[in-house]
Amino acid sequence: MYSYTEFDDHFLAERNAQFRAQVERRIDGSLTEDEFKPLRLMNGLYLQLHAYMLRVAIPYGTLNSAQMDQLAYIAERWDKGYGHFTTRQNIQYNWPELRDVPDMLDALAEVKLHAIQTSGNTIRNVTADHFAGAAADEVADPRPVAELIRQWSTDHPEFQFLPRKFKVAVTGAEADRAVIKSHDIGLRIVERDGQQGFEVIVGGGLGRTPMIGKVLYDFVTAEDLLPTLEAIVSVYNVLGRRDNKYKARLKITVHENGIEDIRTRVDAQYALIRSQFSGVDQQMLARIEADFAAPQFKTAPLGAYEAAYTNDPVFRAWADTNLADHRVPGYAIVSISLKAHGATPGDATADQMRVMADLARRYGHDELRISHEQNVILPHVHRSDLPELHAALKAANLATANIGLISDIIACPGMDYCALATARSIPIAQEIATRFDELKLEHDVGPLKIKISGCINACGHHHVGHIGILGLDRAGVENYQITLGGDGTETASIGERAGPGFSADDIIPAIQRLVMGYLDLRNDPAETFLQTYRRLGLAPFKAVLYPEAQANAA
Amino acid sequence: MPKPFTPKVVTANALLEGDVIYQTATGWTRNLAEAEVLTDEADADLRMIDALTQADLVVGVYLADVTPETTGPRPTHFREEFRAKGPSNYAHGKQESL
Repeated sequence: MYSYTEFDDHFLAERNAQFRAQVERRIDGSLTEDEFKPLRLMNGLYLQLHAYMLRVAIPYGTLNSAQMDQLAYIAERWDKGYGHFTTRQNIQYNWPELRDVPDMLDALAEVKLHAIQTSGNTIRNVTADHFAGAAADEVADPRPVAELIRQWSTDHPEFQFLPRKFKVAVTGAEADRAVIKSHDIGLRIVERDGQQGFEVIVGGGLGRTPMIGKVLYDFVTAEDLLPTLEAIVSVYNVLGRRDNKYKARLKITVHENGIEDIRTRVDAQYALIRSQFSGVDQQMLARIEADFAAPQFKTAPLGAYEAAYTNDPVFRAWADTNLADHRVPGYAIVSISLKAHGATPGDATADQMRVMADLARRYGHDELRISHEQNVILPHVHRSDLPELHAALKAANLATANIGLISDIIACPGMDYCALATARSIPIAQEIATRFDELKLEHDVGPLKIKISGCINACGHHHVGHIGILGLDRAGVENYQITLGGDGTETASIGERAGPGFSADDIIPAIQRLVMGYLDLRNDPAETFLQTYRRLGLAPFKAVLYPEAQANAA
Repeated sequence: MPKPFTPKVVTANALLEGDVIYQTATGWTRNLAEAEVLTDEADADLRMIDALTQADLVVGVYLADVTPETTGPRPTHFREEFRAKGPSNYAHGKQESL
């Protein structure tokens, strides 16, 4: 875990004091809303449908138990007793009042958290693989370099007024759990001739013009990484389409100019600035890496785990879906589902946060992670502790055994909260999860990612859902479009639109037809929805989605 | 021909609390049923100008369509229904006191 230096503490205290004064000046009338808005956005404060919303960064998704406890305290002290974990490793508080926000930021600073650059046209919270440091398939832990990028990008004077927001994600593994190809810059740690470096992918993104990122460089050394990133963002800063908000993201710049042209420009900029990087960043990185040293893993007999696995079917079902392979024998990565059937995806109550913090302290080497799939991870749990951990999770309604299944749905806040939304997302997610729970089908259906966005900005990642749902406003009525075959992993693809949209009443039966149709179409139970879709294409799925069109054509 | 003017209310968010408010003849209310319904375009323009001068109280002023009923104005669009009531996943927001 990164430990703040005196410089970091001072920087944060000063920044919070500045914002406190800015809030006071807004309240006493010295600042207009037009003047105040960019200032509050740079500190993560939005004004949504019903209230202000404070978006707090969870850098590269990593928290310790004290931080999670403090998030719970803030939820109770200044909000309505819960928080919402987002698709970019942030937590959002939906009900703060303006006067309280400076106190909330000070409370966050007590545990080294902040809301800086969680909004605005800046480099946003740097996200990472939520299994970082634990995954069996990892080349290296991506978090030290993610921390280095956070320090480089925070308050970077050249990059405070970019053409548009800018998102960076890092993974250290071949399996992409960080959706790196849907980010402005995606980084993957790779090894070449025994040396670690970075594959640099640029120009990915979702939103109204979804794009899969393109490889800019297949190998950049650690020393060259920051100058390369600085060159990329500089090129974008100059070339990005400030004339048109909808064309202002890097993905459009790359698309319009071509990857070769961008590479030429980045090469030239890199040559210009390389000498400014004296190597001090590598000294800083070395210190950061020491902070992320692996915990003291233990050895213990696995009898209790094996007995529970054999004798307790509820434990076994949970273990089969919610555990992932750890790089250390005897350990497992535990995913705690925040997707109880019928609950709001990504929401946790203050009590649940405290339970998770406590479990991290007792069984998890004090580490927690937040995934972009809106779940909480305990990355290092010895299998001998799993029966007790599972019992504690059950008591807190946190033991839902559905990771990666149809009810493990990503959903943005949608029109229940968001001022930009065109339709609701949360009730659709709740109804799909409830329906398939009633049908007792989700384990038969197997791995299936449904992702729901309440507007074209695609915070719910619908383009990369195996089944994507996009909520729109069609003549004053909520309408839901389905896309199929999207994939947010290393085999990334953008989903294809299936056809006309469905009303709020018709979308749940439509999803049910689609899933039942898949069960008929798959070769065998091992063939996943995505594999079946890739084998057969859109046509047979369209036929089950639109039986009337099929009947009319016959 | 210009579209005929449909009934509207002036709405915004409160600066301090951030919640949804509606203009009345004399100030602001948190209850849509108590809002002043504007049926004349020139009148609506004047009420908007009045609201926009109150930047120390309100944020994001605009005119929202309503249907006047005996119990007071009702939203015509579902977005305004959520603003008047609160989110649908929890009984939070205005519905707590309605």
